[in-house]
Amino acid sequence: MSTLWLIILFPILTGITTLFTKSHKIRKILLLICSVVHMALTVFICQGSITPATESWFTTDALTKIFLSITSLLYFGASLYALTYLKPDEDGDQPSALLDLSFLRNKNAVFMGCMHFFLAAMTLSIVSAHFGLQWIGVEATTLASTPLIYHHRNKKSLEAAWKYLIICSVGIALALMGIFFLAMAVPAQVEFFTPRGLSKFAGYLRTDWLQVAFIFVLVGYGTKVGFAPMHTWLPDAHSEAPSPASALLSGALLNCALLAILRVYQVCAEIPAVQTLASELFVLFGLVSMAISGIFIMHQADYKRMLAYSSVEHMGVMAFGFGLGKVAVAAALFHAICHSLIKSSLFMLAGNILSAYQTKKVEKIHGLLRTMPVTSVLWLAGFLAITGTPPFGTFMTEFSILKTAVESRNYLFGALYLLFLVLVFVGMLTIFSTMALGKKMTVNSEGQPIDYKELNLRKDGTIYEHPLQYITPIIFLAAALYLGCNIPEPILQTINEASAILGGKAL
Amino acid sequence: MNSIATLLALSCLFLLGSSRLMLAINMIAFQGFLIGILPLVSGHGFSFEVIILAATGIIMKSIALPQMLKKALEKSGTKREVEPYISFGASILSGIILLFISGWIASRLTQDETIVSSSLIAGFFLLFTGLFTIITRKKALTQALGFLVLENGVYTAGLSLGSEFSFMVELGILLDVFVGIFLMGIMLFHIDKEFDHIDTDRFDALSDLELLNGNILNLDQDTDEEEGAE
Repeated sequence: MSTLWLIILFPILTGITTLFTKSHKIRKILLLICSVVHMALTVFICQGSITPATESWFTTDALTKIFLSITSLLYFGASLYALTYLKPDEDGDQPSALLDLSFLRNKNAVFMGCMHFFLAAMTLSIVSAHFGLQWIGVEATTLASTPLIYHHRNKKSLEAAWKYLIICSVGIALALMGIFFLAMAVPAQVEFFTPRGLSKFAGYLRTDWLQVAFIFVLVGYGTKVGFAPMHTWLPDAHSEAPSPASALLSGALLNCALLAILRVYQVCAEIPAVQTLASELFVLFGLVSMAISGIFIMHQADYKRMLAYSSVEHMGVMAFGFGLGKVAVAAALFHAICHSLIKSSLFMLAGNILSAYQTKKVEKIHGLLRTMPVTSVLWLAGFLAITGTPPFGTFMTEFSILKTAVESRNYLFGALYLLFLVLVFVGMLTIFSTMALGKKMTVNSEGQPIDYKELNLRKDGTIYEHPLQYITPIIFLAAALYLGCNIPEPILQTINEASAILGGKAL
Repeated sequence: MNSIATLLALSCLFLLGSSRLMLAINMIAFQGFLIGILPLVSGHGFSFEVIILAATGIIMKSIALPQMLKKALEKSGTKREVEPYISFGASILSGIILLFISGWIASRLTQDETIVSSSLIAGFFLLFTGLFTIITRKKALTQALGFLVLENGVYTAGLSLGSEFSFMVELGILLDVFVGIFLMGIMLFHIDKEFDHIDTDRFDALSDLELLNGNILNLDQDTDEEEGAE
């Protein structure tokens, strides 16, 4: 038994305990304990103290290290945030007709329990090397996160959760088909059904099956990544889920699914014929995703949906980078880190605004700078960061991707890429400025005065902001800013190593 | 082997043409049983692990899940699928076309092999039928059934391609599918409670397409009004 099982099994254990815990306080403590232990184990893995015993199931290569650290860090941030976000227990729900278990009636217990399971599933999908095991992990993330989306238990969240479950399950089922095809491409003497195991026998792989496998995997897992046009579940799920869950869905989950595609791409990169096809498909899906999200961000009426579409756009940027190859691969990997940090902060800030104003409509919110000073300053900083404005890490990565496109003489693609980035910038600028600037709202859209007591308004006209509500966004945005100015040597080295695995060049 | 593949294909055609949900669930249970015994007859021998997998598959897919879906159906009080986007007659015709397509794909894929396996065709046909059902039917319950058929199809195709993973992985895949459908079942109860119907075509609270239609003025509309209108 590998020691890596510990990092997967520990959250499951704490999750089960959470489900059966009556006290809200103990559940909060368990959430923190779980995230801290997970972080500690992740640090051990990144240092190389924990390595898998055999190659057959798990891996701790550079790709795993990058994605595992993102997930662990984001989970820690999200659980800090969840401490203030979740209201204390309300009265129990109606008993379910199917299962009448007492813990299922408590919304908070289910939510927190599923957070733990979600972490376990994401970890499994990241550290597993065996393609079948990874599929189990990715499917398990869908199952564990559906109750998170359904947390508010109203019609909209039910609709979002149903769409999410059906669309993603179908997508992932197609990915399983792709993995069966991948198994067909493999000669009998291959020992391990893992990316490294297959790469060793690259010369013996059957290219036609490998091509079919990659297409199925890209479309299948791509549904979960949110590549357009399979992204339809994403805005619904991200906007209806409670903000800590949205932050995880957008920052961590999409990356897990992306990693699942990259693992198959890792094999394809060994064979030039297949690699050409794979790159073309990456570029195609990347540009289409960016285009679609650009169109839908324009005039978007709901600020959480806007953030969700922005995730589609950034996944498109990464896919475009992987498709271009060379330095763009490293840039895309680095972009994944920056995007996760920034997007999760933005979702948390959106959660602050939502819990103060109780609306997701952009047009009903003005003058944030006057009412929520800390949140709104961070909200504007997040806007600059997510659109790739110079000091932030996203600028560097988006610029390197553009540079690669120009250097490899893909002028048309480069131009389209730039166009869509500008489109998104303009669309987001309108929304962010409407919300942050302007006078303080005194009447709501129906013309009735706003009930300031309900908004927790203080005497100086500002809304009370709990430090836990903005501490995570401050740290994450600062990290994104720092990464833009100076990449620490160990991170750069890991990214370059991962880029080499995927056939790219060093940053 | 061939007879099982034929029965699987027939059950799909039946599913496409039937409007009775209870019958459809029974058909799915029968399909689950066929899929369960498939590894036993496919000539891989009778090892302990194969038998365990087959037994787990049969218990999950032909007993537990159909029972639960039946319960959900009884609770909702509906018996039939309402007007699908493509009528039942046309669905059967499409089914036959899909069957030909499956045969064509299977023969293309196994060009260099000597025989085209009948279960591979059945696998693709199940997959297409599942997708077709999910797309064209309106009831959430039928969509869950469609997903089960799709999943059966992937399993059958994988089995006939001979790409088997180790015991634990196979078991994990089965468990994931089971939990997935189980969650769908729980949500069916909630959909029933919240919406008083289980039609997904009336899921329209979350859509950006009204933006495209230039219908921006209506966005103000509160959800409560929409709920009242139903």
